[in-house]
Amino acid sequence: MIDVRDIHKSFGDAHILKGVTTTFEKGKTNLIIGQSGSGKTVFLKCLLGLFVPEEGGIAYDGKLYSDHTDDEKRELRQEMGMVFQGSALFDSMTVEGNVMFPLEMFTNQSKSEMKDRVDAVLKRVNLIDAHHKFPSEISGGMQKRVAIARAIVMNPKYLFCDEPNSGLDPKTAILIDDLIKEITEEYNITTVINTHDMNSVMQIGEKIIFLKDGLLEWEGTKNEIFKTENEAVTNFVYSSDLFKKVRQMYIQEQN
Amino acid sequence: MNYLASVGSYAIMIREVFKKPTKWRIMKSLIFKEIDELIFSSLGIIIFISFFIGAVVAIQTALNLTNPLIPRNLIGFATRQSVILEFAPTFVSIIMAGKVGSYITSSIGTMRVTEQIDALEVMGVNSLNYLVFPKIIAMLFYPFAIAISMYVGIFGGWMAGVFGGFLTSEDFITGLQSDFVPFHIAYAFVKTLIFAFVIATIPSFHGFYMRGGALEVGKASTTAFVWTSVAIIILNYILTQLLLG
Repeated sequence: MIDVRDIHKSFGDAHILKGVTTTFEKGKTNLIIGQSGSGKTVFLKCLLGLFVPEEGGIAYDGKLYSDHTDDEKRELRQEMGMVFQGSALFDSMTVEGNVMFPLEMFTNQSKSEMKDRVDAVLKRVNLIDAHHKFPSEISGGMQKRVAIARAIVMNPKYLFCDEPNSGLDPKTAILIDDLIKEITEEYNITTVINTHDMNSVMQIGEKIIFLKDGLLEWEGTKNEIFKTENEAVTNFVYSSDLFKKVRQMYIQEQN
Repeated sequence: MNYLASVGSYAIMIREVFKKPTKWRIMKSLIFKEIDELIFSSLGIIIFISFFIGAVVAIQTALNLTNPLIPRNLIGFATRQSVILEFAPTFVSIIMAGKVGSYITSSIGTMRVTEQIDALEVMGVNSLNYLVFPKIIAMLFYPFAIAISMYVGIFGGWMAGVFGGFLTSEDFITGLQSDFVPFHIAYAFVKTLIFAFVIATIPSFHGFYMRGGALEVGKASTTAFVWTSVAIIILNYILTQLLLG
């Protein structure tokens, strides 16, 4: 579980996060939504420990990040998996090398043990024959799956995803969403996803938080987002005619 | 003020490079890879340039020796001194600042742009140690490349002098051996080692701390070349004053 307590983050004069408080529960897919410039990426980087908030704190399973020693912070980092927007795979390594990288860095496993683990996670993300290909030789969807495999290879407690569906066709995007949700439940991890994709919100959003101008404007589940009267949320989520109709149909069905 | 801040950031980066080392098993393979990419892949251009510069130094000296009282073996002497003292350690280092430096900046800068450095950081890897330390160690082999440059430069001078009909082979070798000061070799290699550190770290700094996209990677490479060259020129002056002055 991740407990975010009134965090503030500024860059120079720009006050990006103005006091965000929320909780991300274990075994659930938590989504962060909001317009561009609302502070989503900064928020995610604070959760990852890449940015340190000036005020407030973030507790991982009850212990504040700032209370961790350097060694504990390093250990905590090894319990985090991250799927970047552009996958961020290492160009110079094969798919197998990318997935094996955290194992080589942080475990003392033998080569065959590492290979077995890599085979297992690549199989889990439905990538069977791509072991010896380089990232430039595989599609965007496959790169995302490799990124997910690399993120889960160390059995993380926390999984963070930044726009996991960006640049993917709708079908592949759904496959990636489903994969993240399945992995979250299977490994019982705390998953936090930064997204613009409303399909993801409807599909896998067990908890959704809406950021606006660096503040937490709204939070709830995917069912609650259909009913909300919050104008900022409805303007953002139901900006397209298709989603407006989906919402109307949902409300009619409920009535 | 910005320059001072950059110098401070550079110093902090150097400190971070040596903290929290990467596992030796991984570091070893990274070092071998960097030796291949930074040193071996540069040998061709180093040999090519050294040969012709050595040849030109010999011809220029020969053409300027108009006084018949000055012995022809001075051509060998001048070629040796020019190549060992300045051309090989300094001139080749400036060329390497362009070749190796731009490679370092663009490769690290591209990793920054594509979030690969963020990925390392998120995993808890000391990205500066992982990316820059192997380059520093690989560049410790740079003096070997400079030794080859010295040899080939002098050989080029001999070829141009002898086959150009400016002096005999014996004259050239006599000049080569006259007034030889072994400390000049030590001076050249001390300079080379310091330039090697500069070539490995200044371009790394510009790549690591760059912001933006592909265009900025190109700009960072150019900036890195300029500042590496400036640092080499200034350090060359200071080291010459300290060691030979």
